[in-house]
Amino acid sequence: MITLKVDNRTIEANEGETILSALNRHGIHVPTLCHMEELPPTGACRMCVVEQEDTARLITACSHPVADGMVLSTHSPKVLGARRMIVELLLSSHPDDCLYCSRSGKCDLQQLAEGLGVRRRAAGEPAPSTPMDVSGPSIIRDPSKCILCGKCVRTCEEIQGVSAIDFVGRGSKATVAPAFDEGLNVSSCINCGQCIIVCPTGALSEHSYLDEVAAALADPETFVVVQHAPAVSVTLAEEFGARTGKDVDGQMVAALRRLGFDRVFDTSFTADLTIMEEASELAHRVATGGRLPMLTSCSPGWIKFVEQFYPDFMENLSTCKSPQQMMGAIIKSFFAEREGIDKRKIVSVSIMPCTAKKFECQRPEMGREYIPDVDYVLTTRELGRLLRMYGVMLPSLEPEQADNPFGERSTAGKIFGASGGVMEAAVRTAHFLLTGKEMDEPQIRPLRGLKGVKSLKARIGDLEVGAAVVSGLGNARAILDEVRGGRDDLHFIEVMTCPGGCIAGGGQPLGADLSAIRARMKALYKIDRSEPIRTSHSNTSVKRLYEEFLGEPLGHKSHELLHTHYGKREVMT
Amino acid sequence: MPTEEVTNAEEIEQILADHAGRSRDDLIPILQEIQDTCGYLSREAVTSVGRYLNLPASKIYGVATFYNQFRFEPLGRYHIQVCRGTACHVKGSAGVMDMVINEIGVQPGQTSRDRLFSLEVVACMGACGLAPVICVNGEFHAKMTPRKLAQLVAEIRQKESSNAE
Repeated sequence: MITLKVDNRTIEANEGETILSALNRHGIHVPTLCHMEELPPTGACRMCVVEQEDTARLITACSHPVADGMVLSTHSPKVLGARRMIVELLLSSHPDDCLYCSRSGKCDLQQLAEGLGVRRRAAGEPAPSTPMDVSGPSIIRDPSKCILCGKCVRTCEEIQGVSAIDFVGRGSKATVAPAFDEGLNVSSCINCGQCIIVCPTGALSEHSYLDEVAAALADPETFVVVQHAPAVSVTLAEEFGARTGKDVDGQMVAALRRLGFDRVFDTSFTADLTIMEEASELAHRVATGGRLPMLTSCSPGWIKFVEQFYPDFMENLSTCKSPQQMMGAIIKSFFAEREGIDKRKIVSVSIMPCTAKKFECQRPEMGREYIPDVDYVLTTRELGRLLRMYGVMLPSLEPEQADNPFGERSTAGKIFGASGGVMEAAVRTAHFLLTGKEMDEPQIRPLRGLKGVKSLKARIGDLEVGAAVVSGLGNARAILDEVRGGRDDLHFIEVMTCPGGCIAGGGQPLGADLSAIRARMKALYKIDRSEPIRTSHSNTSVKRLYEEFLGEPLGHKSHELLHTHYGKREVMT
Repeated sequence: MPTEEVTNAEEIEQILADHAGRSRDDLIPILQEIQDTCGYLSREAVTSVGRYLNLPASKIYGVATFYNQFRFEPLGRYHIQVCRGTACHVKGSAGVMDMVINEIGVQPGQTSRDRLFSLEVVACMGACGLAPVICVNGEFHAKMTPRKLAQLVAEIRQKESSNAE
């Protein structure tokens, strides 16, 4: 243990850590723009400078290791002057259109300028507007807002292992762009939106479909159905300033009705349905010598990743559609028929923690007769915006129940929202299908938590099952490479594109750190603990859907509506 | 240097095979050799190099755009290099540059749609006594003026159209 003197206070620090990490632990806030938790520092933005008093030098707290007896000032006139100048210089080539910016109010640069008292343009002209890249179904790039901090590039490369974007050009002409400056739609971008989450400005944002949804809600001729994903109810409250980890499921349902949706369904219902299909598929593969390890297919960024980078694993992907697309397919078939509504009049909307879902719903596999099963996907953030626009104040609403028959869910479907949840739900049901008995303890600890790679060896009946759970596609790459290299102890691998799963999805409220994501995860597991129906196969509405319509898991109707096949995808990788 | 768009798949394969170590340290020499052979770095070339060195296309494009020497469009039949070195600058090469852009209608690094002209900016050709100087397909043109430049471009156009007939 070593000691530092910071702003005339003595603090303790661990050998080898950075100044920033020591300061943060002691509640001393130093602003950063390029710093990323869990990745090595680059020291690119210089926002985190502190003054070393004996030398009067400015050093970057993010990249400088602590030393015993260091005397630092975090807000001397020199430090504040330097930070202010950095912001002024960043703003010198930045547009002055904060009023119209998608990031306004959530922008790190705006907040720094405000906090440091920048009240006028110190240098330069507002950047001329450059063309935005609106080619992608999920993500919009506005290069004129980019401050070249590099966080999107690092996320795409070091966390997701995708590298769809990189720095292009040099010096004042440098930008961040895909190869050959092409649109994101033809790049290897998997639409995960993690770049939006880390972007400090409005340079990256989601492709919004709010106007289309608002128009559908206002049109008396359409029947507008909405589904909401498991991970949305535990984060939506953050859009209204609530503490992290608050579940507002019932209030959200009430709010969606106030917006004018004709039916409100819960995607966790089709998560339960996914488990029935996927567990049966796994059992079938094991029994018939099918391709193993089976890989989950709920996460659309991951699907595109396999299509581009690992086409040899296409056969390993479960043929199950994602819960969103299963719900969409059922809404525009069974539901439309039962209610006697022309499916062309149904507008199917889903609220997702995800930007890749916007891409998924536009895939040609995801509809029939040129009618998409899901028409529009809104992120959690967009739902927050829609509610504010319509004046629906979520915190003041009385909770309501989702509509039948697709509003019932087990907690197994709900925990899909956290990395490991799909596997836990699948193991619970597989145990029942193979042994005829419920597990004594449904909670499976090794599958929980925010670690990027988790594994489980379990004995289910006569079967020794090897399972792995990974989140963040850099981790997926590593495990697929192991399987390619001959690793053969795995039967089933759950992969979530975003680190931590959907609770940390690219469509979730901004500004969440690791502790916020942990709180979101705990909220899901609290629901699992506190409700009686904890397995997908005990969802009575799922059972009834099989009796009335689908027949049996992997049956003819299931294959037609709930399963699909993907193919190799040619993009510039 | 070939001037037409060529895919040169075999030549690219040969260049890659000559760098058998597959080390990313070889990236820039490989790109240089490909540009020497093909005249530019095509999308196909970048993806082949990426597969060979296990590097993403975005990273290769990022590295290549960092340097002025790489181009991403095939050369025109007449490749114009405009010197923007110090002596040429003093003698008015900025004006020459604008003139060339106006006359042939392309920006530096680009090739005209009819593949007749391509334009490149170079830092110094070592011909400072001839400033401002331009170079067309290896042939130097000294002490450029707007009139001389217009005449040069007109002559090329005329020659090409009479060839076409």
